[in-house]
Amino acid sequence: MAGPLRLPGNPDVRVRLRALSLVAPLVIFVGVTFVAPLGTMLMRSVYDPVVADALPKTLALLSDWDANELPSEAIFATLAEEIKHASSERTIGRVAGRINRVQGGFRGLVTRTERELRTTGQGTWREIMISVDSLWADAATWHAIKVTGERYTARHYWNALDMQILSDGSIARQPEERRIYLRLFLRTLMVSGLITLLCLLLGYPVAHFIADSPPRQGNLLLILVLIPFWTSLLVRTTSWIVLLQNQGVLNDLFVALGLIGEDGRLSMIYNMTGTIIAMTHVLLPFMVLPLYSVMRGIPATHMNAAASLGATPLQAFLRVYWPQSLPGVGAGALLVFILAIGYYITPALVGGSDGQLISNMIAYHMQTSLNWGLAAALGGVLLVGVLILYMVYERLIGIDRIGLR
Amino acid sequence: MLLNREHTSSTILKDAGKLDQVPAHVQFRGVSKTYDGQIKVVKDFDLNIHTGEFVTLLGPSGSGKTTILMMLAGFQAPSSGEILLEGRPIHDLPARKRGIGMVFQNYALFPHMTVGANLSFPLEVRGMNSLERKERVLRALKLVRLDGLSDRKPGQLSGGQQQRVAIARALVFEPSLVLMDEPLGALDRSLREEMQYEIRRIHRSLDVTIVYVTHDQQEAMVMSDRIAVLRDGMIDQIEVPEGLYEAPTSAFVARFIGESNQLHGHVSAMFEQDNVCEVDTGGEMIRALKVSPCHVGDQVTLSIRPERVKMNPESGRYTNEISATVEDLTFLGDQLRIRLATCGRDDFLATIPNVVGHGGLVEGDAVRIGWTVVDCRVLNYEQP
Ligand SMILES: Nc1ncnc2c1ncn2[C@@H]1O[C@H](COP(=O)(O)OP(=O)(O)O)[C@@H](O)[C@H]1O
Ligand SMILES: [Mg+2]
Repeated sequence: MAGPLRLPGNPDVRVRLRALSLVAPLVIFVGVTFVAPLGTMLMRSVYDPVVADALPKTLALLSDWDANELPSEAIFATLAEEIKHASSERTIGRVAGRINRVQGGFRGLVTRTERELRTTGQGTWREIMISVDSLWADAATWHAIKVTGERYTARHYWNALDMQILSDGSIARQPEERRIYLRLFLRTLMVSGLITLLCLLLGYPVAHFIADSPPRQGNLLLILVLIPFWTSLLVRTTSWIVLLQNQGVLNDLFVALGLIGEDGRLSMIYNMTGTIIAMTHVLLPFMVLPLYSVMRGIPATHMNAAASLGATPLQAFLRVYWPQSLPGVGAGALLVFILAIGYYITPALVGGSDGQLISNMIAYHMQTSLNWGLAAALGGVLLVGVLILYMVYERLIGIDRIGLR
Repeated sequence: MLLNREHTSSTILKDAGKLDQVPAHVQFRGVSKTYDGQIKVVKDFDLNIHTGEFVTLLGPSGSGKTTILMMLAGFQAPSSGEILLEGRPIHDLPARKRGIGMVFQNYALFPHMTVGANLSFPLEVRGMNSLERKERVLRALKLVRLDGLSDRKPGQLSGGQQQRVAIARALVFEPSLVLMDEPLGALDRSLREEMQYEIRRIHRSLDVTIVYVTHDQQEAMVMSDRIAVLRDGMIDQIEVPEGLYEAPTSAFVARFIGESNQLHGHVSAMFEQDNVCEVDTGGEMIRALKVSPCHVGDQVTLSIRPERVKMNPESGRYTNEISATVEDLTFLGDQLRIRLATCGRDDFLATIPNVVGHGGLVEGDAVRIGWTVVDCRVLNYEQP
């Protein structure tokens, strides 16, 4: 006998189901606004159908092609056919652009070839095309077509790691002058590490002071720390320009004090110094808050206890206070470091040319070069880096010890 | 009877006098403390504590007990006056160099260290080698009966065990002076009583001076050699426990230590070389023992312990005999507590040993009550 539909009888399960149904809206929201875009973006880093869709027959023939010889007449003919077709479909520009990233000059080559193909000349396709440009006789050109023709590809990732796929299929480092990303990753890591360290050095005493103050003063000080959150990031960043620029407040002050000469003004902005100063300022609250919340849980009597047991202030700090504040240090450092790694707007505004970080490069590929695959791959590498860090932290300190009590 | 009582209190005084010959371990000399520059939370505090003595500072919350301890430990500086340790002033000695063991109210055990590491800490900062450290830690743990818990974290121990660890840590570096600030405040009653005896046992087995702070008079009575009763940053009375109970010198101490009935009135006459006063408490004339200087006409407070009040005595047996009405009877197991209306008030207490059938008393009975002169003390008048 079929009864009415009922929730499982076990009250435990029912409670859990109800709890789940309350969480559902957030799960859906996060899914739609975060996981899905992230997923498609990561998908882009390994999936690129443009060339494969436009030149299917050529690619099929090229799969048997021996890279040491010139492709057969049939391949030339098929390619010519598909170029004409793509040209009429108006997709040829995108296709050429894709291939151009692997083989510079390909765009121009296609434009010229396409023009020539409209006026049917004499001879085989091979002769015609090679007569347009000898690049068609270069195996590298064909290799480029073949490589970009793969729907699923790791080449964006190789590219993001300053590697390339050679025509024989092997992986090699990019030539010296094309290696930019690894250096940029390294620079981003080091700058983020430095900023994290600076935030820790500046934030630790502040957090300790606030945690040690009577509640009323403590709250007031905490608000002072939080005030920057209430002003726009843009305003904060640009006010650093006012302070740090060549004719800015600080330089004027130094000159007025006679610390530096008029011609010795320090360049503190539009370079790495500017990026570091401004980002340290912007990210400081993210260090202070977790530190404060952990430190507030450390009883003030502990330092007295240590002193009564004979410890010097330094011993008391190192052996008693610091270890207990570690969860806060870990949480703050992880937070600041992860935020710094992906920070975009501040380096973009005050970083000049040598103060740019990896996220500025990602933005460049998203907005200017329109190489979304590479941008996504750079983002993917960053994500993996953050996950590794997270796991290291978990191993060393334990993520559950991030105390936000 | 009167003479006998006098005798008791004078032996007590003589004992205290004997202690004065031993060089004082701790001396407070006119110590005052103010946090805000105006209100003195400790006022002209004088106290000598002898080597090996167990002295308790007893007083209500806010009476300055912790402040006194903090000044002795070195966490607060006196605003004036000086503190001497074995005869030497210590005002410029930082806490860590005073070599005083301290047990904090909430134990202040370091939660990230094991019990062993907590105990080892004071030895490490003294640069002791690891072999001797280990031995001392084991000995200290044995002393507080916690052998085998060395590798636990404080969070894995019960409240009573944590308390023992805190005591062991304060003792492990063998200080000659140990301070304890309401160390048993967080424990439940039976555990508290157990720990009271434990601390006493430890005090006897080691030759340490202990300055103990509590607001619990019973705890103070159980543990102390001497008790200093504090009120508003001053010592109201310092005495051995029995002396404090039998011979309170102020209405405050009489109220604070045990129970006491307090009646107010004016001195109307003096007898026996002015050692006994007659006090008019609004109709009833009561004769009582003079404790501090007073004159005819002074307003005074009388203090009578409930258990010294006799119900329906043979007429003429007690100097003081007045009538009262039974308001309320409470059965307390070993004793019967009787609330009486007399002398214009209805909260006069008498306790008598438990007797079958409430000794024939019922609420509303008119009774006679009586007590001797020495059981009733004339104290300076205090607003009830
Ligand atoms: N650090 C401090 N700052 C200001 N006032 C204090 C401080 N510590 C204690 N007091 C004040 O001093 C008085 C005595 O306090 P305390 O010594 O803690 O008394 P007890 O330990 O007997 O309860 C109280 O009125 C308290 O408010
Ligand atoms: Mg206190």
